[in-house]
Amino acid sequence: MLKFLTILKVGLKAIARNKMRSALTALGIIIGVACVIAMVGVGKGSQAAIQSQINALGTNFLMVFPGVATQSGARIFTGESTLTEDDVAAVKAESPSVAYVSPMSRTGGQVVYGNSNWGTQVQGVGVEWPFIRSWNTSQGSFFGDNEVRSASKVVVLGSTVADALFGDQSPIGATVRIKNFPFRVIGVLETKGGSTMGQDQDDTVVAPYTTVMRLLKGRNRIDMFMASAVSPDAVLQAQTEIESLLRQRHRLAPGQDADFMIRSQQEIAQTANETSRTLSILLASAASISLLVGGIGIMNIMLVSVTERTHEIGIRMAIGAKGRDILTQFLVEALTLSIAGGLIGIVLGVGASRLLAWKAKWNIALPPESILLAFGFSAAIGVFFGFYPARKASRLDPIEALRYE
Amino acid sequence: MGSENDAGTGPTGLHPQQSSVAGTGPTGLHPQQSPRVQAGATEPVIRTENLVRIYKMGEVEVRALDGVSLTVSPGEFVAVMGSSGSGKSTFMNIVGCLDRPTSGTYFLDGVDVSRLDRDERAEIRNRKIGFVFQSFNLLARTSALENAELPLIYAGNGHGAGNREEKARQCLAIVGLAGREHHLPSQLSGGQQQRVAIARALINDPKLMLADEPTGNLDSKTSEEVMSVFQKLNDEGKTIVLITHEHDIAEHAKRIVTFLDGRVVEDRPHDQLRVEV
Repeated sequence: MLKFLTILKVGLKAIARNKMRSALTALGIIIGVACVIAMVGVGKGSQAAIQSQINALGTNFLMVFPGVATQSGARIFTGESTLTEDDVAAVKAESPSVAYVSPMSRTGGQVVYGNSNWGTQVQGVGVEWPFIRSWNTSQGSFFGDNEVRSASKVVVLGSTVADALFGDQSPIGATVRIKNFPFRVIGVLETKGGSTMGQDQDDTVVAPYTTVMRLLKGRNRIDMFMASAVSPDAVLQAQTEIESLLRQRHRLAPGQDADFMIRSQQEIAQTANETSRTLSILLASAASISLLVGGIGIMNIMLVSVTERTHEIGIRMAIGAKGRDILTQFLVEALTLSIAGGLIGIVLGVGASRLLAWKAKWNIALPPESILLAFGFSAAIGVFFGFYPARKASRLDPIEALRYE
Repeated sequence: MGSENDAGTGPTGLHPQQSSVAGTGPTGLHPQQSPRVQAGATEPVIRTENLVRIYKMGEVEVRALDGVSLTVSPGEFVAVMGSSGSGKSTFMNIVGCLDRPTSGTYFLDGVDVSRLDRDERAEIRNRKIGFVFQSFNLLARTSALENAELPLIYAGNGHGAGNREEKARQCLAIVGLAGREHHLPSQLSGGQQQRVAIARALINDPKLMLADEPTGNLDSKTSEEVMSVFQKLNDEGKTIVLITHEHDIAEHAKRIVTFLDGRVVEDRPHDQLRVEV
């Protein structure tokens, strides 16, 4: 142990002797580790952000889209949606795993109030839509069955639209015009923020689907519908129930392609997660390459150091240093460079992440395990890339080494 | 490695006395010096039996040592002479446990060390042999004190830093360098550097001191200084083997062994030329 400590000191002295070279060598590792930490931070952060947005959206809802109607194997594009209000009502009535349903009919349009106007998405929804999206009103109230049945011209504004048209004023009770029809504002939705795909979810207005479908779009069929399962665990069950019910209602033979598609929020979440995970891996591997290059830098310098000190190694061997003593000495040198580089890199990486989070307003996660991992990785690089030069040194022939000048 | 052997084939460096022992072959021992007489009391420090060292240079085999049998008893001061290529350096490498013989046996302090592996030889070098080289071989940018205590680092018998420094100070004092402990080699004269090397060789209290042309890089006055240190150590009982090609340096030894073409061609006692500096 005492011997080890002394040899450790010998290795450290060699580093202190070549300060500039040691600093430059460590710089490779510093940059590598800092990159890994910052990049993993960015990746993890975006993943966490996506996850939280998905969670905010609710994980237990399904979207049912119309598909293509097929008759006797031939695909016929009818221009009409294959989904009807009755389908939705049937799902609500007959699927035990489904808690809420909301027919959807969407269109785009200008919302005009006085001299201001704002182009936005007009969503026609059912009365249960706020429960599915867990999205309540912050002012006023949502419409009820009566408004839906009578296709009333009432509207609930998303907060972005409310801000754009009314500023600080309360919009409740005001009349706005959508596609030249007057709508009475009865509520404002809570602010939800950006969506998974980066859109502003609050840039929308919500009206009864009957109004949007008949009045604004002049149609009799809904665009799609949403349904939520009674619990997150029942999503799959709900999906199965809806599927079989709709197949039955649309008189589809077994094996025939369905004329609708069911997408669960979980699938969407999965896709989004996959995407951000790919991004994380991409970032981390780019950063790892710089760490690898740093490691090669260490190996390079250690090889130079071994060659340069061949004579010294010969002297040490002649007076009784064993192979492993020399190995230890050079490994200590490589390890010290990489660990010191790793520590400084961690500080820089955390600093850079903080700076990005603050300046660029990026969501950045700094999980302690990624810091530990970066540190462990830099130490491993020291051992891995230091081993070959150190072993080369330890295997020198003392006679040859002594003769080397 | 073998290049030094090419030059030795000429008649250079022949001793006039060579003929007297030329017939004795590998066992060039003098009866009056035979260590076997003393062997009952103490083990010889060096006993080699028919040492052969062959270097392979591609297809060509070079017999750098061709059957050397030699015994050195405790307290002896032996000068090994010979021109370059005579095999004396190869002999010194094997005796110094830096190299192994191709065949033959070498007992150091009664132990057969001719078949030890690298690490075992390193340990033997550390504990039993003190080297002094022609080019001093001190670590640059390392103080005299640290250079002298270097072998203790690898001794692995629990020398603490304080203990090491104490021993190194003592050894530097023995070679007359007290007060220069913190000088760097670059701040010392050649003779002083060589004395630091001697102090380093002494620190583990070795059975054998092996000096390879220790005065080769020194002027004659400094050479005398260094030789007087060796004589002093020998007077105190150290066994010294000195490799040299200079006659006036060999004169300081008590016994002169001459190598030619990988064999011992002469082995005679010698009246030590005393130097007091």
